[in-house]
Amino acid sequence: MKAPSSPSIAHQPLALVNARLLDPAGGKEMRGGVLVVDGIIRDLGPGVAPANLPSHAHAVDCRGDVVAPGLIDMCAFVGEPGAEHRETIATATAAAAAGGVTTILARPDTNPPVDEPAVVDFLLRRARDTGQVRVLPVAALSKGLRGEEIAEIGLLKEAGAVAFSDAANSLRNAQIMRRVMAYARDFDALVIHHTQDPDFATEGVMNEGEFSTRLGLPGIPREAEAIMLDRDIRLVALTGARYHAALVSTRLSLEAVRAAKKAGLPITCATSINHLTLNENDIGDYRTFLKLSPPLRQEEERQALVAALAQGLIDVIVSDHNPQDVETKRLPFAEAEYGAIGLETMLSAGLRLVHSGEVKLARLLAAMSSRPAEILGLPQGKLAIGAPADLIRFDPDEPYVLDPMKLHSRCKNTPFDEAKLQGRVKLTLVAGQVVWGE
Amino acid sequence: MSELRPIQKFRHRHLLGIEGLSEQDILTLLDRAEDAIEVSRQVEKKRATLRGRTLINLFFEASTRTQSSFELAGKRLGADVMNMSVATSSIKKGETLIDTAVTLNAMRPDIIVVRHAQAGAVHLLAKKVDCAVVNAGDGAHEHPTQALLDALTIRRNKGRIQGLTVAICGDILHSRVARSNILLLSTLGARVRAVGPSTLMPAGIERMGAQACRDMKSGLAGADIVMMLRLQRERMNSGFVPSSREYFRTFGLDAEKLRYADKDALIMHPGPMNRGVEIDSSIADGPQSLIREQVEMGVAVRMAVLAALAEHLPNE
Repeated sequence: MKAPSSPSIAHQPLALVNARLLDPAGGKEMRGGVLVVDGIIRDLGPGVAPANLPSHAHAVDCRGDVVAPGLIDMCAFVGEPGAEHRETIATATAAAAAGGVTTILARPDTNPPVDEPAVVDFLLRRARDTGQVRVLPVAALSKGLRGEEIAEIGLLKEAGAVAFSDAANSLRNAQIMRRVMAYARDFDALVIHHTQDPDFATEGVMNEGEFSTRLGLPGIPREAEAIMLDRDIRLVALTGARYHAALVSTRLSLEAVRAAKKAGLPITCATSINHLTLNENDIGDYRTFLKLSPPLRQEEERQALVAALAQGLIDVIVSDHNPQDVETKRLPFAEAEYGAIGLETMLSAGLRLVHSGEVKLARLLAAMSSRPAEILGLPQGKLAIGAPADLIRFDPDEPYVLDPMKLHSRCKNTPFDEAKLQGRVKLTLVAGQVVWGE
Repeated sequence: MSELRPIQKFRHRHLLGIEGLSEQDILTLLDRAEDAIEVSRQVEKKRATLRGRTLINLFFEASTRTQSSFELAGKRLGADVMNMSVATSSIKKGETLIDTAVTLNAMRPDIIVVRHAQAGAVHLLAKKVDCAVVNAGDGAHEHPTQALLDALTIRRNKGRIQGLTVAICGDILHSRVARSNILLLSTLGARVRAVGPSTLMPAGIERMGAQACRDMKSGLAGADIVMMLRLQRERMNSGFVPSSREYFRTFGLDAEKLRYADKDALIMHPGPMNRGVEIDSSIADGPQSLIREQVEMGVAVRMAVLAALAEHLPNE
């Protein structure tokens, strides 16, 4: 496939007609079509129909399928540099294209980590040369992700980093976190933080409760997440930094975010598709593909997350795509690595919540496209004239059984192994170019 | 008499835990074990139940007691027994677990007995082999033959399990013995109490069927059985309890605390004991102690388990 970020070559206009247009940014829905010229949405609405297209345009009849902005995934591990045996930008973006994800934020916990402008530059070049969708680097908050010294936020931002995070490492020291936030604020940099108290997490491997007791596995209490988030919220109030909680998984965290938003603090939050659709019972007989960080919680917590998504309290859904090979997963539970792949199944899994009637389709898509775009200040994530033509077409009802061997990621550690899902992406456009389907 | 009397067929292919066993499953094994006691008390202790069968003892964690108990049980039933002690230090974690399983499977054993330091490791191994698997202890998860031998010991001394009050005391958090016993004894109708400091009490223990007690006075009140657990030394160094002397003062079983229990209360311990840490020597060796009898019952229960699983093995 062509690299989408290359300067737009004049190519044939493309029209997606007879579609159910869904613009999550405005919550608007209508029948009609989208006309794409030079990678930009040139026209949209009922007027874009086969009868009145430019004569040289290529028309795709969507047969009533949904056409919406491409998804923006704020948390995925792309393997480069340093973990190419788990994933590469080529395989991650192939999985993304097949899953309708048109923009990936790449995690900085690579080897070397993304704490040098040269690594940001490397990622952007690799994405241009080998990627099928847009890859935007997230750079480190602290040098080496060690939580000791502030990373070169200014230079990293200048090089193209769109946000700052220490990935799964939580900054333990409150004084250092305060300085990081204060410094980030001067550059209007977005701070993304994984809030799990590391001292709790070094001992535990799953959610603490009856189920961990039954399995004889050390648990991580919900408070491990809330303690760190509460601290961060106080530091946001102190410093005024723009702050995004990378992955909340508990009601305690939701209450904290609710209060912080009510107080007008510049705080947003995400949860993962796994935490919205799975719970700790899915671990069953020590299934290591369900070993995640933060851990999958009890069903009541999952339901609270779904309700918070429906209300808009949760801003963003991430795939938390984390490819792990067989050797690091086919181990006793406590010794196995954390993480699951998710780029390719994020939309289908999310549609479960739509089919169950818990979340409206527009709301689901907003959390996967328009809200991330707003938080990151990206021009994508909306169906609007003049916006980049990053678009997806899907039939939300089409049933299928997930075959992990057909997934594009280099690793097959999906928690949706053999799951019955609905809604597969039929067409993905990045800057007007077809990267999946047709 | 050449074989153990089949009483009622055991319904499971493996014995991975007490979880999932019905009351009938448990009673079947206990009844069989009663027969095995008789066998073990005769001069001629050898039977032909497992003649021609191969039993592998695969211990990733050192254990003199359980390993020798399984070895004797296997030999008394006529099996060929191979002991494999995998020194944890020399293996590259986990890889060896699956690799070892596949390798051993190729040697066509009939039963593998496994102990591993990680919860769930025995389940993982059981998925990779064709033979029967017995869990001889996996992390803090389960140790089913220990719970069975404890139940057998209790039943022989008290005549029943239903309605008894059993206090399991000490490091509940890290104890597979406690978990298997809570599941088994509550299935058979005992009132089970988990007694220990809050730092060693796992979340949701009540939902597993035990009443949590934070002091010995309330925990032992009227108890028919007092089961003490071993406190691992490393727990002292990682901040669960401040010192062994404070632990002994608060939770160690001595004559004074034993008075809280029923006057006919019996004392148990899965071994090996830390005398002076969780139990006073005079109690461990005293008239109410069943600790030595537990060891004898261990061999009998393991004979019963091996014989029961052997019935599912193919005969061709």
